[in-house]
Amino acid sequence: MEIQSPQFKQKARKAIADEQLQRAMGKAKIGFVGKRKKAVDALPEFEDLRSSARAIKDHTLEHLDLYLEAYERKVIASGGQVHWAETAEDARQAVLSICRAAGARTVTKGKSMITEEIALNDFLEKEGVRPVETDLGEYIIQLRGEHPSHIIGPALHLNKEQVEEDFRRVHTELPAGRDLSQPESLLGEARHILRPQYFQADVGITGANFLVAETGTSIIVTNEGNGDLTQTLPRVHIVVASIEKVVPTLEDASQILRVLARSATGQDMSVYTTLSTGPRRPDDPDGPDEYHVILLDNGRSSMLGTEFHEMLRCIRCGACMNHCPVYHAVGGHAYGWVYPGPMGSVLTPSLVGVDKAGHLPNASTFCGRCESVCPMQIPLPRMMRHWREREFERGLNPATQRFGLGFWAFFARRPGLYRLATSMAIPALSGLAGRRRWFRSLPFAGGWTRHRDLPAPESRTFMQQWRDRETAKQEGGAS
Amino acid sequence: MSGREAILGKLRAAASVSTDDAARREAVEKRLAKTPRGLIPARGQVDGEERVALFCRMAEAVTATVERVKKSDDVPKAVTHYLRSKNLAPSVRMGDDRRLKRMDWASQKSLEVKLGRADPADEVGVSHAFAAVAETGTVALPSGKDNPTTVNFVPDHHIIVIDAKDIAGDLETVISRLRRKYGRGDMPRLLNLITGPSRSGDIEQTMLLGAHGPRALHLIVVDG
Repeated sequence: MEIQSPQFKQKARKAIADEQLQRAMGKAKIGFVGKRKKAVDALPEFEDLRSSARAIKDHTLEHLDLYLEAYERKVIASGGQVHWAETAEDARQAVLSICRAAGARTVTKGKSMITEEIALNDFLEKEGVRPVETDLGEYIIQLRGEHPSHIIGPALHLNKEQVEEDFRRVHTELPAGRDLSQPESLLGEARHILRPQYFQADVGITGANFLVAETGTSIIVTNEGNGDLTQTLPRVHIVVASIEKVVPTLEDASQILRVLARSATGQDMSVYTTLSTGPRRPDDPDGPDEYHVILLDNGRSSMLGTEFHEMLRCIRCGACMNHCPVYHAVGGHAYGWVYPGPMGSVLTPSLVGVDKAGHLPNASTFCGRCESVCPMQIPLPRMMRHWREREFERGLNPATQRFGLGFWAFFARRPGLYRLATSMAIPALSGLAGRRRWFRSLPFAGGWTRHRDLPAPESRTFMQQWRDRETAKQEGGAS
Repeated sequence: MSGREAILGKLRAAASVSTDDAARREAVEKRLAKTPRGLIPARGQVDGEERVALFCRMAEAVTATVERVKKSDDVPKAVTHYLRSKNLAPSVRMGDDRRLKRMDWASQKSLEVKLGRADPADEVGVSHAFAAVAETGTVALPSGKDNPTTVNFVPDHHIIVIDAKDIAGDLETVISRLRRKYGRGDMPRLLNLITGPSRSGDIEQTMLLGAHGPRALHLIVVDG
């Protein structure tokens, strides 16, 4: 999809004024947090499992080339094919040539962020192959011509009235007077409409949560069952997965599964965990005749060994955005590309460049909630700070900000001068505030005071107060 | 193959120019051969009746319905009873499973048993589980002629028969059994791990049952 991250500020401002979005986000921020907490509290080993899951990914990333080779050998041995794609374009072309060879006119799709990353739907449509999203959330946003606003809840930004409107607009073959006021009826209608599509499709495309080197298996984790129908009914199954999805063994996948669903939706285990290994076997009554895996790099190999290396542990659970105050305020679309929230603020600059996505790592309060809930213990705030540093080094941030930082740095490097300046400024500000102790407006601080008051400083600086306390303590101790 | 070499080349350059390749290879081979179990939560580590009860409790917590019967001969009757209670036509779809086949389906007059892959007209699928996991209330179904994958996903109602002795404490135990059955490093084409009936939370995060897979999951646990 087109990268709109440079417009983050404008999009964020619009999002905050969007009543529908704010209503939807209000529900979102309560649901996920409570459900995750309940599931985590019910498993005493959760913290140790996080460390264990992290160690598995660290080990895998250290040996990524070897595990990918081992994985490839097993896929081939089970009758499948592996296609290596360095870039998004390589991956799109690989999908297209498989579709062409299968004479495909329609493909059904399970939910996959990687196919969003490579903008597969628009591409296939232009090439005359019709993609049908089958995950309920993905189906809804496909009808709206939108992109996912959340990596596990693509339609999180919508209210049910909006979905009803879309269904009435598109499903014109159904009776106009039908009742669609409840989420149940919307779900039932989507099920009814999509059922025949699974049977008609020539190719089914899914993503993968894990690739298992030991067995050449790809794993999808879902709740709806659409991914399973997508990969079972058509003649050809294509798995599109990025290279960091590989884990060594089935046990390793099991270990990470224990933190995945709990972190994502607060389930102990998602409804369907499906392990696929190769195409239909000789005495299988059903299943695809062809099984293809497209292994996508698209910039990930360049993150290995850099300060963004640890981001490759990410298992796409969405916990970081579910707990992010900035994400709660602006929603996922403001981030302007495929991956929103804290993980997107680190990943997007890595994959599309900090020159385009520089606003994202700045859209953080550094409250640290994302890191504290990340099942893979990814230091997201630290990596956002690295991006801010790189942005500064390359001179990408605005002149006023650079001047302000330079001004502050001049004093910060000269403690005597710093103390002198603050010992004059603080009492002055304190005096200006008067008895209310709050500023409603202040010159050069309009960006802050336009939305909230600024507390006035105490009349003495921290250093002065500290000195006084230490002196008092010593005197107290002496007496 | 150019993409392959380019990606692997970049990975090698980034990961390990300094470390000895033989040592890295050995580390990978060792892990793939030894398949260490990792950390297993205490929850599922109970035996006998306690484990069966935990499985039933966890399955019910994810809105599966659970019924226990004494012996496998009781299964056809339990299936008929389920169909009646849900007001369903007396017809089920199942794979060519030897355990299901040994049961006396003919005792259920008027019950139609269709074998093979499921089609859109099928309302009820019946499967026999390979194993189950008490820790999470999960059922394991490998694909094959005994259990076509379509039986698990196409019908509205899915009935799964589970022998109580096949209920394991944890998924790792099920993985070990799979290795014994299919061979080390090999898998059935498909392994479905099913934890409750299909659902979606995509509209305002309200969890609703019956998204694209079965609307109802009924588990029959055979004690004997």
